[in-house]
Amino acid sequence: MSGPVRDLTVDSVTGIDVSLPVAGPGARAYAFLLDWHIRLIVALAWFVVGALLYNGRPSLAPPLSNDARWFGTVVAPALAIYFLYHCVLELAMRGSTPGKRMAGVRLVARDGGSPSAGALLTRNVFRLVDSLPLCYGVGLISVVLTRDHLRIGDMAAGTLLVFERAEARLPGSAAAAPGAGHLDAAGAEIVAELLERWSTLTPEARQRLARQVLERYGGGEPAASGGDPDAAWRAELERLASSR
Amino acid sequence: MDGAARQRALSASLLQRAGLWREADARTRRLSSGRSDDAADATHLADDYRLLAHDLARARTLLPDSRTREYLEAAYARAHATLHRGAWHIGSELLTLFRDEIPAVVRSLRTYIIWSMTIFALAALAGYALVHRYPELIALFASPDLIATVERGKLWTEGLLNIVPSSVLSVQILSRNISVSLFAYCAGFLFGLGTLYILGLNGLMLGAVFAFVSRHGLGGPLASFIVAHGCVELSVLCLSGAAGAAVGEALVRPTHAGRIESFRIAALRSGKLLIACVALLVGCGLIEGYVSPNPGVALWARLGVGVGYWLFMLALLSGRLFGRRAAHPR
Repeated sequence: MSGPVRDLTVDSVTGIDVSLPVAGPGARAYAFLLDWHIRLIVALAWFVVGALLYNGRPSLAPPLSNDARWFGTVVAPALAIYFLYHCVLELAMRGSTPGKRMAGVRLVARDGGSPSAGALLTRNVFRLVDSLPLCYGVGLISVVLTRDHLRIGDMAAGTLLVFERAEARLPGSAAAAPGAGHLDAAGAEIVAELLERWSTLTPEARQRLARQVLERYGGGEPAASGGDPDAAWRAELERLASSR
Repeated sequence: MDGAARQRALSASLLQRAGLWREADARTRRLSSGRSDDAADATHLADDYRLLAHDLARARTLLPDSRTREYLEAAYARAHATLHRGAWHIGSELLTLFRDEIPAVVRSLRTYIIWSMTIFALAALAGYALVHRYPELIALFASPDLIATVERGKLWTEGLLNIVPSSVLSVQILSRNISVSLFAYCAGFLFGLGTLYILGLNGLMLGAVFAFVSRHGLGGPLASFIVAHGCVELSVLCLSGAAGAAVGEALVRPTHAGRIESFRIAALRSGKLLIACVALLVGCGLIEGYVSPNPGVALWARLGVGVGYWLFMLALLSGRLFGRRAAHPR
Protein backbone atom coordinates (compact mmCIF):
# COMPACT_ATOMS: atom_id res chain seq x y z
CA MET A 1 0.00 0.00 0.00
CA SER A 2 1.22 3.55 -0.60
CA GLY A 3 2.65 5.45 2.34
CA PRO A 4 4.96 8.43 2.92
CA VAL A 5 7.43 9.45 0.18
CA ARG A 6 9.93 6.65 -0.34
CA ASP A 7 13.44 7.09 -1.65
CA LEU A 8 15.06 5.01 -4.34
CA THR A 9 18.57 4.41 -3.07
CA VAL A 10 21.24 3.81 -5.69
CA ASP A 11 24.77 2.63 -4.91
CA SER A 12 27.55 4.86 -6.10
CA VAL A 13 31.28 4.37 -6.66
CA THR A 14 31.95 7.09 -4.10
CA GLY A 15 30.39 4.95 -1.37
CA ILE A 16 27.75 7.62 -0.75
CA ASP A 17 24.43 6.37 -2.06
CA VAL A 18 22.24 8.53 -4.30
CA SER A 19 18.79 9.13 -2.89
CA LEU A 20 15.90 9.83 -5.28
CA PRO A 21 12.42 10.50 -3.85
CA VAL A 22 9.86 8.31 -5.66
CA ALA A 23 6.83 10.15 -7.07
CA GLY A 24 3.50 8.92 -5.74
CA PRO A 25 0.07 8.59 -7.38
CA GLY A 26 -0.66 12.32 -6.98
CA ALA A 27 2.46 13.54 -8.79
CA ARG A 28 2.00 10.88 -11.48
CA ALA A 29 -1.63 11.81 -12.06
CA TYR A 30 -0.73 15.53 -12.15
CA ALA A 31 2.00 14.94 -14.76
CA PHE A 32 -0.32 12.73 -16.81
CA LEU A 33 -3.12 15.30 -16.78
CA LEU A 34 -0.74 18.05 -17.89
CA ASP A 35 0.53 15.86 -20.73
CA TRP A 36 -3.00 14.83 -21.66
CA HIS A 37 -4.07 18.45 -21.98
CA ILE A 38 -0.98 19.35 -24.00
CA ARG A 39 -1.40 16.52 -26.49
CA LEU A 40 -5.13 17.10 -26.79
CA ILE A 41 -4.68 20.83 -27.42
CA VAL A 42 -1.86 20.30 -29.94
CA ALA A 43 -3.79 17.56 -31.78
CA LEU A 44 -6.95 19.69 -31.86
CA ALA A 45 -4.98 22.72 -33.02
CA TRP A 46 -3.50 20.68 -35.87
CA PHE A 47 -6.95 19.41 -36.82
CA VAL A 48 -8.54 22.87 -36.77
CA VAL A 49 -5.74 24.60 -38.69
CA GLY A 50 -5.49 21.68 -41.14
CA ALA A 51 -9.26 21.62 -41.73
CA LEU A 52 -9.41 25.40 -42.26
CA LEU A 53 -6.56 25.26 -44.76
CA TYR A 54 -8.07 22.22 -46.48
CA ASN A 55 -11.53 23.76 -46.79
CA GLY A 56 -10.21 27.20 -47.68
CA ARG A 57 -13.05 28.77 -45.66
CA PRO A 58 -14.06 28.87 -41.97
CA SER A 59 -15.38 25.31 -41.82
CA LEU A 60 -14.17 22.17 -40.05
CA ALA A 61 -16.48 19.84 -41.99
CA PRO A 62 -14.87 16.76 -43.53
CA PRO A 63 -15.30 16.15 -47.28
CA LEU A 64 -18.42 14.26 -48.33
CA SER A 65 -16.44 11.46 -49.98
CA ASN A 66 -13.37 9.72 -48.56
CA ASP A 67 -10.40 11.82 -49.55
CA ALA A 68 -6.83 10.64 -49.01
CA ARG A 69 -5.52 14.23 -48.79
CA TRP A 70 -7.96 15.09 -45.97
CA PHE A 71 -7.02 11.93 -44.12
CA GLY A 72 -3.28 12.27 -44.72
CA THR A 73 -2.90 15.93 -43.88
CA VAL A 74 -5.62 16.59 -41.31
CA VAL A 75 -6.82 13.44 -39.54
CA ALA A 76 -3.75 11.14 -39.46
CA PRO A 77 -1.25 13.74 -38.10
CA ALA A 78 -3.71 14.79 -35.38
CA LEU A 79 -4.20 11.15 -34.36
CA ALA A 80 -0.42 10.57 -34.48
CA ILE A 81 0.19 13.57 -32.19
CA TYR A 82 -2.37 12.27 -29.71
CA PHE A 83 -1.36 8.61 -29.68
CA LEU A 84 2.42 8.84 -30.18
CA TYR A 85 3.01 11.82 -27.86
CA HIS A 86 4.41 9.88 -24.90
CA CYS A 87 6.38 7.41 -26.97
CA VAL A 88 8.13 9.99 -29.15
CA LEU A 89 8.72 12.64 -26.49
CA GLU A 90 10.01 10.23 -23.86
CA LEU A 91 12.55 8.99 -26.41
CA ALA A 92 13.50 12.49 -27.55
CA MET A 93 13.67 13.94 -24.02
CA ARG A 94 15.29 10.88 -22.45
CA GLY A 95 12.53 9.91 -20.07
CA SER A 96 10.79 13.22 -19.70
CA THR A 97 7.83 15.00 -21.28
CA PRO A 98 6.61 18.61 -20.96
CA GLY A 99 4.00 17.50 -18.39
CA LYS A 100 6.55 15.59 -16.31
CA ARG A 101 8.87 18.61 -16.37
CA MET A 102 6.10 20.92 -15.19
CA ALA A 103 5.19 18.45 -12.44
CA GLY A 104 8.86 18.22 -11.39
CA VAL A 105 9.23 14.50 -12.04
CA ARG A 106 11.28 12.39 -14.44
CA LEU A 107 11.74 8.77 -15.41
CA VAL A 108 14.82 6.89 -14.26
CA ALA A 109 16.05 3.33 -14.59
CA ARG A 110 16.55 1.21 -11.46
CA ASP A 111 20.22 2.27 -11.38
CA GLY A 112 19.25 5.93 -11.24
CA GLY A 113 20.37 6.62 -14.81
CA SER A 114 18.35 7.43 -17.91
CA PRO A 115 16.20 4.54 -19.19
CA SER A 116 17.28 2.88 -22.45
CA ALA A 117 15.31 3.34 -25.69
CA GLY A 118 14.07 -0.27 -25.39
CA ALA A 119 12.83 0.34 -21.84
CA LEU A 120 10.96 3.50 -22.90
CA LEU A 121 9.30 1.71 -25.82
CA THR A 122 8.33 -1.27 -23.64
CA ARG A 123 6.90 1.08 -21.02
CA ASN A 124 4.70 2.70 -23.64
CA VAL A 125 3.56 -0.57 -25.21
CA PHE A 126 2.21 -1.62 -21.83
CA ARG A 127 -0.04 1.45 -21.75
CA LEU A 128 -2.47 -0.88 -23.53
CA VAL A 129 -2.74 -2.94 -20.34
CA ASP A 130 -2.51 0.00 -17.93
CA SER A 131 -5.32 1.87 -19.65
CA LEU A 132 -7.77 -1.03 -19.21
CA PRO A 133 -10.70 -1.11 -18.60
CA LEU A 134 -10.92 2.71 -18.88
CA CYS A 135 -9.23 5.85 -17.53
CA TYR A 136 -6.01 3.96 -16.73
CA GLY A 137 -7.86 1.82 -14.18
CA VAL A 138 -5.32 -1.02 -14.06
CA GLY A 139 -2.39 1.41 -13.99
CA LEU A 140 -3.91 3.48 -11.20
CA ILE A 141 -4.64 0.47 -9.02
CA SER A 142 -1.13 -0.81 -9.61
CA VAL A 143 0.40 2.59 -8.73
CA VAL A 144 -1.57 2.79 -5.48
CA LEU A 145 -0.84 -0.77 -4.42
CA THR A 146 2.85 -1.12 -5.22
CA ARG A 147 5.62 0.05 -2.90
CA ASP A 148 7.41 2.15 -5.53
CA HIS A 149 4.14 3.35 -7.15
CA LEU A 150 4.71 1.48 -10.40
CA ARG A 151 2.27 0.89 -13.20
CA ILE A 152 2.53 -2.35 -15.18
CA GLY A 153 4.57 -0.59 -17.89
CA ASP A 154 7.12 0.52 -15.30
CA MET A 155 7.40 -3.01 -13.93
CA ALA A 156 8.00 -4.33 -17.44
CA ALA A 157 10.55 -1.65 -18.35
CA GLY A 158 12.30 -1.40 -14.98
CA THR A 159 11.61 2.33 -14.71
CA LEU A 160 10.48 4.62 -11.89
CA LEU A 161 9.14 8.13 -11.71
CA VAL A 162 11.14 10.26 -9.26
CA PHE A 163 11.00 13.87 -8.16
CA GLU A 164 13.45 16.11 -10.00
CA ARG A 165 14.11 18.50 -7.05
CA ALA A 166 15.23 21.06 -9.64
CA GLU A 167 13.97 23.85 -7.41
CA ALA A 168 16.07 22.83 -4.38
CA ARG A 169 18.34 25.77 -3.53
CA LEU A 170 20.66 26.86 -0.81
CA PRO A 171 19.55 29.32 1.84
CA GLY A 172 20.82 32.80 1.06
CA SER A 173 23.44 33.03 3.81
CA ALA A 174 24.75 29.46 3.59
CA ALA A 175 28.12 30.70 2.45
CA ALA A 176 28.47 33.38 5.10
CA ALA A 177 31.56 33.32 7.25
CA PRO A 178 31.20 31.35 10.48
CA GLY A 179 31.52 33.06 13.81
CA ALA A 180 31.20 32.29 17.49
CA GLY A 181 27.63 33.55 17.87
CA HIS A 182 24.50 31.73 19.02
CA LEU A 183 23.30 30.51 15.64
CA ASP A 184 23.83 26.93 14.58
CA ALA A 185 23.49 25.90 10.91
CA ALA A 186 19.78 25.13 11.21
CA GLY A 187 19.18 28.51 12.86
CA ALA A 188 21.14 30.27 10.15
CA GLU A 189 18.90 28.60 7.57
CA ILE A 190 15.77 29.76 9.39
CA VAL A 191 17.01 33.35 9.59
CA ALA A 192 18.10 33.30 5.93
CA GLU A 193 14.73 31.92 4.85
CA LEU A 194 12.83 34.50 6.85
CA LEU A 195 14.90 37.30 5.29
CA GLU A 196 14.29 35.84 1.83
CA ARG A 197 10.53 35.77 2.37
CA TRP A 198 10.44 39.12 4.18
CA SER A 199 8.83 41.04 1.34
CA THR A 200 6.07 38.44 0.86
CA LEU A 201 4.88 38.56 4.50
CA THR A 202 2.51 40.99 6.15
CA PRO A 203 4.13 43.41 8.65
CA GLU A 204 2.43 41.60 11.57
CA ALA A 205 3.71 38.20 10.43
CA ARG A 206 7.23 39.59 9.88
CA GLN A 207 7.43 41.04 13.38
CA ARG A 208 5.88 37.97 15.04
CA LEU A 209 8.29 35.57 13.28
CA ALA A 210 11.28 37.86 13.82
CA ARG A 211 10.48 38.06 17.57
CA GLN A 212 10.23 34.23 17.80
CA VAL A 213 13.54 33.72 16.00
CA LEU A 214 15.36 36.37 18.01
CA GLU A 215 14.00 34.96 21.29
CA ARG A 216 15.10 31.46 20.35
CA TYR A 217 18.59 32.37 19.20
CA GLY A 218 19.41 34.98 21.78
CA GLY A 219 19.10 38.12 19.72
CA GLY A 220 17.61 41.21 21.27
CA GLU A 221 14.51 43.21 20.36
CA PRO A 222 15.22 46.33 18.33
CA ALA A 223 15.54 49.45 20.39
CA ALA A 224 12.39 51.61 20.33
CA SER A 225 12.97 54.66 18.17
CA GLY A 226 10.94 56.86 15.91
CA GLY A 227 12.08 55.01 12.74
CA ASP A 228 10.40 52.25 10.73
CA PRO A 229 9.83 49.27 13.13
CA ASP A 230 9.75 46.87 10.20
CA ALA A 231 13.23 47.92 9.10
CA ALA A 232 14.46 47.70 12.69
CA TRP A 233 13.32 44.08 13.03
CA ARG A 234 14.97 43.24 9.71
CA ALA A 235 18.22 44.93 10.76
CA GLU A 236 18.20 42.93 14.01
CA LEU A 237 17.80 39.68 12.07
CA GLU A 238 20.62 40.64 9.70
CA ARG A 239 22.83 41.44 12.67
CA LEU A 240 22.07 37.99 14.15
CA ALA A 241 22.85 36.29 10.83
CA SER A 242 26.16 38.08 10.42
CA SER A 243 27.23 37.51 14.03
CA ARG A 244 27.21 33.68 13.96
CA MET B 1 35.44 22.26 22.91
CA ASP B 2 32.06 20.73 23.86
CA GLY B 3 29.99 18.59 21.48
CA ALA B 4 27.57 21.32 20.46
CA ALA B 5 30.35 23.83 19.77
CA ARG B 6 32.24 21.22 17.75
CA GLN B 7 29.11 20.47 15.73
CA ARG B 8 28.56 24.20 15.11
CA ALA B 9 32.14 24.63 13.95
CA LEU B 10 31.91 21.63 11.62
CA SER B 11 28.59 22.84 10.20
CA ALA B 12 30.00 26.31 9.66
CA SER B 13 33.04 24.92 7.85
CA LEU B 14 30.74 22.82 5.69
CA LEU B 15 28.54 25.80 4.80
CA GLN B 16 31.64 27.73 3.73
CA ARG B 17 31.84 25.39 0.74
CA ALA B 18 28.46 26.51 -0.67
CA GLY B 19 30.16 28.45 -3.46
CA LEU B 20 31.86 25.27 -4.67
CA TRP B 21 28.53 23.40 -4.66
CA ARG B 22 26.87 26.14 -6.69
CA GLU B 23 29.66 26.03 -9.27
CA ALA B 24 29.55 22.22 -9.43
CA ASP B 25 25.77 22.20 -9.84
CA ALA B 26 25.86 24.89 -12.53
CA ARG B 27 28.44 22.84 -14.48
CA THR B 28 26.32 19.70 -14.12
CA ARG B 29 23.19 21.49 -15.31
CA ARG B 30 25.06 22.87 -18.34
CA LEU B 31 26.34 19.41 -19.26
CA SER B 32 23.08 17.54 -18.65
CA SER B 33 21.05 19.99 -20.71
CA GLY B 34 23.54 19.78 -23.56
CA ARG B 35 24.25 23.52 -23.35
CA SER B 36 27.95 22.86 -22.84
CA ASP B 37 30.42 20.78 -24.80
CA ASP B 38 33.35 22.29 -22.98
CA ALA B 39 36.02 19.66 -22.29
CA ALA B 40 37.01 21.46 -19.09
CA ASP B 41 33.43 21.19 -17.79
CA ALA B 42 33.36 17.49 -18.60
CA THR B 43 36.66 16.75 -16.83
CA HIS B 44 35.53 18.80 -13.83
CA LEU B 45 32.40 16.67 -13.49
CA ALA B 46 34.19 13.72 -11.87
CA ASP B 47 35.79 16.05 -9.31
CA ASP B 48 32.45 17.75 -8.70
CA TYR B 49 30.83 14.37 -8.15
CA ARG B 50 33.40 13.44 -5.49
CA LEU B 51 33.13 16.87 -3.85
CA LEU B 52 29.33 16.68 -3.65
CA ALA B 53 29.45 13.08 -2.35
CA HIS B 54 31.90 14.05 0.39
CA ASP B 55 29.94 17.11 1.50
CA LEU B 56 26.60 15.33 1.26
CA ALA B 57 27.88 12.64 3.63
CA ARG B 58 28.83 15.35 6.12
CA ALA B 59 25.53 17.19 5.64
CA ARG B 60 23.56 13.98 6.28
CA THR B 61 25.26 13.75 9.67
CA LEU B 62 25.53 17.42 10.64
CA LEU B 63 22.42 18.95 9.04
CA PRO B 64 19.97 16.09 8.50
CA ASP B 65 16.77 18.17 8.17
CA SER B 66 18.11 21.24 6.45
CA ARG B 67 17.69 22.88 3.07
CA THR B 68 21.45 22.54 2.65
CA ARG B 69 21.15 18.77 2.77
CA GLU B 70 18.18 18.83 0.41
CA TYR B 71 20.17 20.96 -2.04
CA LEU B 72 23.17 18.66 -1.85
CA GLU B 73 20.99 15.56 -2.36
CA ALA B 74 19.53 17.11 -5.53
CA ALA B 75 22.90 18.32 -6.85
CA TYR B 76 24.52 14.94 -6.15
CA ALA B 77 21.67 13.04 -7.87
CA ARG B 78 21.99 15.33 -10.90
CA ALA B 79 25.75 14.82 -11.07
CA HIS B 80 25.27 11.03 -10.75
CA ALA B 81 22.70 10.95 -13.56
CA THR B 82 24.86 13.12 -15.82
CA LEU B 83 28.02 11.14 -15.16
CA HIS B 84 26.35 7.75 -15.66
CA ARG B 85 24.34 8.70 -18.72
CA GLY B 86 25.45 6.75 -21.76
CA ALA B 87 25.98 8.30 -25.15
CA TRP B 88 22.71 8.71 -27.03
CA HIS B 89 23.25 7.97 -30.71
CA ILE B 90 19.84 6.96 -31.95
CA GLY B 91 21.19 5.76 -35.34
CA SER B 92 23.74 3.35 -33.91
CA GLU B 93 21.26 2.23 -31.22
CA LEU B 94 18.75 1.30 -33.91
CA LEU B 95 21.40 -0.46 -36.01
CA THR B 96 22.49 -2.51 -32.99
CA LEU B 97 18.86 -3.26 -32.20
CA PHE B 98 18.03 -4.57 -35.67
CA ARG B 99 21.38 -6.19 -36.46
CA ASP B 100 22.20 -7.87 -33.15
CA GLU B 101 19.54 -7.62 -30.48
CA ILE B 102 16.37 -8.60 -32.38
CA PRO B 103 18.01 -11.68 -34.00
CA ALA B 104 19.21 -12.73 -30.54
CA VAL B 105 15.66 -12.36 -29.18
CA VAL B 106 14.26 -14.41 -32.07
CA ARG B 107 16.79 -17.18 -31.35
CA SER B 108 15.95 -17.19 -27.65
CA LEU B 109 12.20 -17.31 -28.42
CA ARG B 110 12.49 -20.13 -30.97
CA THR B 111 10.54 -22.62 -28.85
CA TYR B 112 7.81 -20.08 -28.11
CA ILE B 113 7.54 -19.20 -31.80
CA ILE B 114 7.05 -22.87 -32.72
CA TRP B 115 4.38 -23.24 -30.02
CA SER B 116 2.59 -20.06 -31.09
CA MET B 117 2.49 -21.16 -34.71
CA THR B 118 1.25 -24.61 -33.69
CA ILE B 119 -1.54 -23.15 -31.52
CA PHE B 120 -2.55 -20.74 -34.28
CA ALA B 121 -2.55 -23.50 -36.93
CA LEU B 122 -4.52 -25.89 -34.71
CA ALA B 123 -7.07 -23.16 -33.94
CA ALA B 124 -7.40 -22.38 -37.65
CA LEU B 125 -7.94 -26.06 -38.44
CA ALA B 126 -10.49 -26.31 -35.63
CA GLY B 127 -12.34 -23.23 -36.94
CA TYR B 128 -12.32 -24.64 -40.44
CA ALA B 129 -13.59 -28.05 -39.30
CA LEU B 130 -16.31 -26.52 -37.09
CA VAL B 131 -17.81 -24.27 -39.76
CA HIS B 132 -17.36 -26.88 -42.47
CA ARG B 133 -19.41 -29.32 -40.37
CA TYR B 134 -21.82 -26.80 -38.81
CA PRO B 135 -22.06 -23.78 -41.21
CA GLU B 136 -24.47 -21.92 -38.93
CA LEU B 137 -21.61 -21.45 -36.44
CA ILE B 138 -20.13 -18.80 -38.75
CA ALA B 139 -22.43 -16.36 -36.95
CA LEU B 140 -20.06 -16.68 -33.96
CA PHE B 141 -17.07 -15.45 -35.98
CA ALA B 142 -18.31 -13.11 -38.70
CA SER B 143 -20.62 -10.11 -38.91
CA PRO B 144 -24.11 -10.42 -40.45
CA ASP B 145 -23.04 -8.06 -43.28
CA LEU B 146 -20.06 -10.24 -44.17
CA ILE B 147 -22.22 -13.39 -44.10
CA ALA B 148 -24.88 -11.78 -46.31
CA THR B 149 -22.26 -10.57 -48.82
CA VAL B 150 -20.69 -14.03 -49.12
CA GLU B 151 -24.12 -15.65 -49.44
CA ARG B 152 -24.76 -13.35 -52.40
CA GLY B 153 -21.63 -14.91 -53.97
CA LYS B 154 -19.33 -11.94 -53.40
CA LEU B 155 -16.32 -11.25 -51.24
CA TRP B 156 -16.46 -8.22 -48.92
CA THR B 157 -13.09 -7.22 -50.34
CA GLU B 158 -14.49 -6.63 -53.84
CA GLY B 159 -14.80 -3.00 -54.75
CA LEU B 160 -13.11 -1.99 -51.51
CA LEU B 161 -11.05 0.66 -53.29
CA ASN B 162 -14.23 2.27 -54.66
CA ILE B 163 -15.33 2.97 -51.09
CA VAL B 164 -12.08 3.81 -49.29
CA PRO B 165 -8.86 5.23 -50.82
CA SER B 166 -5.76 3.02 -50.53
CA SER B 167 -3.95 5.39 -48.18
CA VAL B 168 -6.88 5.53 -45.75
CA LEU B 169 -7.36 1.79 -45.99
CA SER B 170 -3.65 1.18 -45.31
CA VAL B 171 -3.61 3.33 -42.19
CA GLN B 172 -6.83 1.76 -40.89
CA ILE B 173 -5.48 -1.73 -41.47
CA LEU B 174 -2.01 -1.18 -40.11
CA SER B 175 -3.29 0.52 -36.95
CA ARG B 176 -5.75 -2.32 -36.35
CA ASN B 177 -3.08 -4.97 -36.94
CA ILE B 178 -0.55 -3.18 -34.76
CA SER B 179 -3.00 -2.96 -31.87
CA VAL B 180 -3.85 -6.69 -32.21
CA SER B 181 -0.15 -7.51 -32.26
CA LEU B 182 0.63 -5.34 -29.24
CA PHE B 183 -2.34 -6.79 -27.38
CA ALA B 184 -1.15 -10.33 -28.12
CA TYR B 185 2.13 -9.36 -26.45
CA CYS B 186 0.73 -7.38 -23.53
CA ALA B 187 -1.92 -10.01 -22.81
CA GLY B 188 0.97 -12.29 -21.82
CA PHE B 189 0.81 -10.32 -18.58
CA LEU B 190 -2.21 -12.45 -17.66
CA PHE B 191 0.11 -15.42 -17.06
CA GLY B 192 0.15 -16.11 -20.80
CA LEU B 193 -3.58 -16.83 -20.95
CA GLY B 194 -4.44 -13.60 -22.76
CA THR B 195 -1.91 -14.36 -25.49
CA LEU B 196 -3.28 -17.88 -25.84
CA TYR B 197 -6.79 -16.44 -26.18
CA ILE B 198 -5.82 -13.92 -28.87
CA LEU B 199 -3.87 -16.49 -30.89
CA GLY B 200 -6.67 -19.05 -30.57
CA LEU B 201 -9.44 -16.62 -31.43
CA ASN B 202 -7.65 -15.24 -34.49
CA GLY B 203 -6.85 -18.77 -35.68
CA LEU B 204 -10.47 -19.87 -35.20
CA MET B 205 -11.76 -16.82 -37.09
CA LEU B 206 -9.39 -17.34 -40.00
CA GLY B 207 -10.27 -21.04 -40.31
CA ALA B 208 -14.00 -20.40 -39.90
CA VAL B 209 -14.12 -17.65 -42.52
CA PHE B 210 -12.13 -19.75 -44.97
CA ALA B 211 -14.49 -22.70 -44.47
CA PHE B 212 -17.50 -20.45 -44.97
CA VAL B 213 -16.27 -18.75 -48.15
CA SER B 214 -15.10 -22.12 -49.52
CA ARG B 215 -18.65 -23.48 -49.18
CA HIS B 216 -19.73 -20.63 -51.44
CA GLY B 217 -16.92 -21.23 -53.94
CA LEU B 218 -14.94 -18.13 -52.92
CA GLY B 219 -11.96 -19.82 -51.24
CA GLY B 220 -9.68 -19.14 -54.23
CA PRO B 221 -10.43 -15.41 -54.50
CA LEU B 222 -10.01 -14.98 -50.73
CA ALA B 223 -6.64 -16.77 -50.82
CA SER B 224 -5.67 -14.56 -53.75
CA PHE B 225 -6.62 -11.47 -51.70
CA ILE B 226 -4.70 -12.62 -48.62
CA VAL B 227 -1.54 -14.04 -50.16
CA ALA B 228 0.29 -10.73 -50.71
CA HIS B 229 0.07 -9.47 -47.12
CA GLY B 230 -1.12 -12.49 -45.15
CA CYS B 231 2.14 -14.48 -45.02
CA VAL B 232 3.89 -11.79 -43.02
CA GLU B 233 0.80 -10.60 -41.16
CA LEU B 234 0.04 -14.04 -39.74
CA SER B 235 3.72 -14.69 -39.00
CA VAL B 236 3.92 -11.41 -37.08
CA LEU B 237 0.86 -12.36 -35.04
CA CYS B 238 2.62 -15.60 -34.08
CA LEU B 239 5.83 -13.68 -33.24
CA SER B 240 3.94 -11.27 -30.98
CA GLY B 241 2.20 -14.25 -29.41
CA ALA B 242 5.58 -15.87 -28.79
CA ALA B 243 6.88 -12.69 -27.09
CA GLY B 244 3.70 -12.57 -24.96
CA ALA B 245 4.04 -16.26 -24.09
CA ALA B 246 7.61 -15.65 -22.87
CA VAL B 247 6.33 -12.86 -20.62
CA GLY B 248 3.57 -15.16 -19.38
CA GLU B 249 5.97 -17.99 -18.60
CA ALA B 250 8.23 -15.60 -16.67
CA LEU B 251 5.26 -14.94 -14.39
CA VAL B 252 4.18 -18.57 -14.13
CA ARG B 253 7.70 -19.95 -13.62
CA PRO B 254 9.98 -17.13 -12.47
CA THR B 255 13.62 -17.66 -13.31
CA HIS B 256 15.04 -14.77 -11.27
CA ALA B 257 14.79 -13.38 -7.74
CA GLY B 258 11.05 -12.81 -7.90
CA ARG B 259 8.06 -12.81 -10.23
CA ILE B 260 8.25 -9.06 -10.88
CA GLU B 261 11.99 -9.18 -11.62
CA SER B 262 11.50 -12.17 -13.88
CA PHE B 263 8.62 -10.40 -15.65
CA ARG B 264 10.73 -7.27 -16.10
CA ILE B 265 13.61 -9.16 -17.67
CA ALA B 266 11.36 -11.19 -19.99
CA ALA B 267 9.30 -8.14 -21.01
CA LEU B 268 12.37 -6.02 -21.75
CA ARG B 269 14.05 -8.78 -23.75
CA SER B 270 11.08 -10.02 -25.77
CA GLY B 271 9.60 -6.52 -26.16
CA LYS B 272 12.38 -5.66 -28.64
CA LEU B 273 10.80 -8.09 -31.08
CA LEU B 274 7.67 -5.95 -31.06
CA ILE B 275 9.59 -3.10 -32.69
CA ALA B 276 10.34 -5.35 -35.68
CA CYS B 277 6.73 -6.58 -35.66
CA VAL B 278 5.37 -3.01 -35.82
CA ALA B 279 7.75 -2.14 -38.68
CA LEU B 280 6.66 -5.26 -40.59
CA LEU B 281 2.98 -4.52 -40.00
CA VAL B 282 3.38 -1.06 -41.52
CA GLY B 283 4.53 -2.81 -44.72
CA CYS B 284 1.63 -5.27 -44.47
CA GLY B 285 -0.81 -2.37 -44.17
CA LEU B 286 0.58 -0.71 -47.27
CA ILE B 287 0.36 -3.97 -49.25
CA GLU B 288 -3.17 -4.62 -47.97
CA GLY B 289 -4.21 -1.10 -48.92
CA TYR B 290 -2.57 -0.82 -52.33
CA VAL B 291 -1.95 -4.36 -53.70
CA SER B 292 -4.40 -6.84 -52.17
CA PRO B 293 -7.73 -5.12 -53.05
CA ASN B 294 -6.52 -4.03 -56.51
CA PRO B 295 -8.13 -6.34 -59.09
CA GLY B 296 -5.55 -5.26 -61.66
CA VAL B 297 -2.72 -7.09 -59.85
CA ALA B 298 -2.30 -10.64 -61.20
CA LEU B 299 -2.08 -13.67 -58.91
CA TRP B 300 1.59 -14.34 -59.78
CA ALA B 301 2.46 -10.76 -58.82
CA ARG B 302 0.60 -11.10 -55.51
CA LEU B 303 2.38 -14.36 -54.87
CA GLY B 304 5.70 -12.69 -55.67
CA VAL B 305 4.97 -9.82 -53.28
CA GLY B 306 3.84 -12.20 -50.54
CA VAL B 307 6.84 -14.53 -50.79
CA GLY B 308 9.26 -11.64 -51.31
CA TYR B 309 8.01 -9.79 -48.25
CA TRP B 310 8.14 -12.97 -46.21
CA LEU B 311 11.80 -13.49 -47.23
CA PHE B 312 12.43 -9.85 -46.32
CA MET B 313 10.95 -10.59 -42.89
CA LEU B 314 13.32 -13.56 -42.46
CA ALA B 315 16.29 -11.39 -43.45
CA LEU B 316 15.18 -8.72 -40.98
CA LEU B 317 14.68 -11.14 -38.11
CA SER B 318 18.00 -12.90 -38.73
CA GLY B 319 19.86 -9.57 -38.86
CA ARG B 320 21.22 -10.27 -42.36
CA LEU B 321 19.35 -7.29 -43.74
CA PHE B 322 21.72 -5.11 -41.71
CA GLY B 323 24.93 -6.96 -42.47
CA ARG B 324 24.94 -9.61 -39.79
CA ARG B 325 26.70 -12.78 -40.96
CA ALA B 326 25.57 -16.27 -40.03
CA ALA B 327 27.72 -17.85 -37.35
CA HIS B 328 29.79 -20.75 -38.69
CA PRO B 329 30.76 -23.52 -36.27
CA ARG B 330 34.54 -23.94 -36.04
